[in-house]
Amino acid sequence: MNQDFDIIHDWITPSTRVLDLGCGDGALLLSLQQKHNILGYGLEVDPQAINQCIARGVNVIEQDLNKGLTNFADGSFDTVVMTQALQAMRLPHLVLDEMLRIGRECIITFPNFGYWRTRAYLNFRGRMPVTKQLAYQWYDTPNIHFFTYADFETLCVERNINILHRQCIAEHFPDTKLKSLWPNLFTQTAVYHLSR
Amino acid sequence: MLSDSPTDQSIGIVTSQTVNIKQPLKLACGLVLETHNLVYETYGELNSLKSNGILLCHALSGDHHAAGFYAGDSKPGWWDHYVGPGKPIDTDKFFVVSLNNIGSCFGSTGPTSINPDTGKLWGADFPSLRARDWVESQKMLMEHLGIDCWATVIGGSLGGMQAMRWSLEYPDKLLNAVVIASSMKLTAQNIAFNEIARRAIKSDPDFCDGHYLEQNKAPLRGLALARMIGHVTYLSDELMGQKFGRQLRIGDLIDKSNDPIEFQIESYLNYQGDKFSDSFDANSYILITKMLDYFDLSREYNNDPVAAFAHAQCDFLVMAFSSDWRFAPQRSREIADALMSAGKSVSYVEIESDKGHDAFLLPNDRYEQALGSYLSRVADGLNAPLGDGQ
Repeated sequence: MNQDFDIIHDWITPSTRVLDLGCGDGALLLSLQQKHNILGYGLEVDPQAINQCIARGVNVIEQDLNKGLTNFADGSFDTVVMTQALQAMRLPHLVLDEMLRIGRECIITFPNFGYWRTRAYLNFRGRMPVTKQLAYQWYDTPNIHFFTYADFETLCVERNINILHRQCIAEHFPDTKLKSLWPNLFTQTAVYHLSR
Repeated sequence: MLSDSPTDQSIGIVTSQTVNIKQPLKLACGLVLETHNLVYETYGELNSLKSNGILLCHALSGDHHAAGFYAGDSKPGWWDHYVGPGKPIDTDKFFVVSLNNIGSCFGSTGPTSINPDTGKLWGADFPSLRARDWVESQKMLMEHLGIDCWATVIGGSLGGMQAMRWSLEYPDKLLNAVVIASSMKLTAQNIAFNEIARRAIKSDPDFCDGHYLEQNKAPLRGLALARMIGHVTYLSDELMGQKFGRQLRIGDLIDKSNDPIEFQIESYLNYQGDKFSDSFDANSYILITKMLDYFDLSREYNNDPVAAFAHAQCDFLVMAFSSDWRFAPQRSREIADALMSAGKSVSYVEIESDKGHDAFLLPNDRYEQALGSYLSRVADGLNAPLGDGQ
């Protein structure tokens, strides 16, 4: 999990404004505050997570992302981050548009459904994958959109989104060659740095 | 971490004190109170750095008795659930100051006090007040107590307005502001309810143009009616339905008889109205509801809340309750949005509750946790070796 944090750290300019959509317990914002002295705000709806943010001094705003982000002005943040939550949004493509409206840049991480283990799970077991990263049954999962690295790249092209950087994380294949040859097969978590 | 449920611990027996502030208080309306009295209570101990002070700001009908019990009294102060040892506003860690503000009627200078210029009761002639006047007077109490900077200023409703005003008027005199169920300005609907309440009071023949005390009268019926109207707006439809429904206290709707019938809600509201009118002053009610109406955080900042909050230096916690329609969550969200735009540290929590506006006074696990977590961090900051009190 911390691997994507490290990558995000590299892409954040110190002392800038960062909005974290679905910030959870505030771990990312806290580390960015400590290391990069950012001014961060997280949006979250889970009461427990909100309380953890408050307890550790992370600014948290109780707001449901699915109800829109119209209260945020255009370009009001340097970077808008969303880690492991795009697949749980009702309309991910519109969320992406909103992120790029509010932020100059945005950073997205998501689980790649094209990862070979997920493919193998579906292929050989014939059932929807339940993995460490996607640890839900099909009926109770908050992850309502399953997409792959390749799907996301296509979406970026279609919507004229500029990919500044991309990083692939795979715990079983630290070998970067495999990942760069077949990213869709060997990326477990995709990390994207985007702009308009 | 805070204990998972409120303790039954109480600060115990408390007594109030009165201070005569000798410094002239220049009011927003231009008039000057040469001296004024403030009644207040304190809970907990002021630390040696005098850095652990928390100011509680009361709302429309509040007073200085926020926590603990008076000797021989079985009813605790109005915020006892939240103020005490081990409670969210932890008196083991903080020195909590709770006062009755001027213009109110629980011992501090107000319409029921003597006007030194005339030797008569102020009554309706008491000068009109703004939230900033309360802040000025609180600042004088702060100096009297030898506190240079509040760890936190906290209040619900009108209390939240004072906390926000503090952050703009004396940005370097508080480290945190906790703004609960409040608003940067009232809506037309909210002002409308206040005017209905004032009209109810003024329509009582015993109001005597506000000089009822000199005639040994009091507009009890008018004030009770005002309170009944207010009370309905402080509750939610859902809660009233649950609590009272259509239950009858007297009579029977099935019986074909001409006997009197009374719904539980009628009896409850009448009781609340009467209880209130026995303890509150009608002129104070008029004065303070107007104060609410006149409050507009950003009026002097070009009506721009972001420009207003740009002056603040403290951190903020903003809270609202889902069923509060008098100070709706949207109003609090506007505060949080303006603070974010102004680049201030702010957290916003919207608490699920069916208790309407009154929720800010009532037990609620999430509310307690959020407030407790926030303030325990504030307390930790006070013990930090460097940078405290900055």
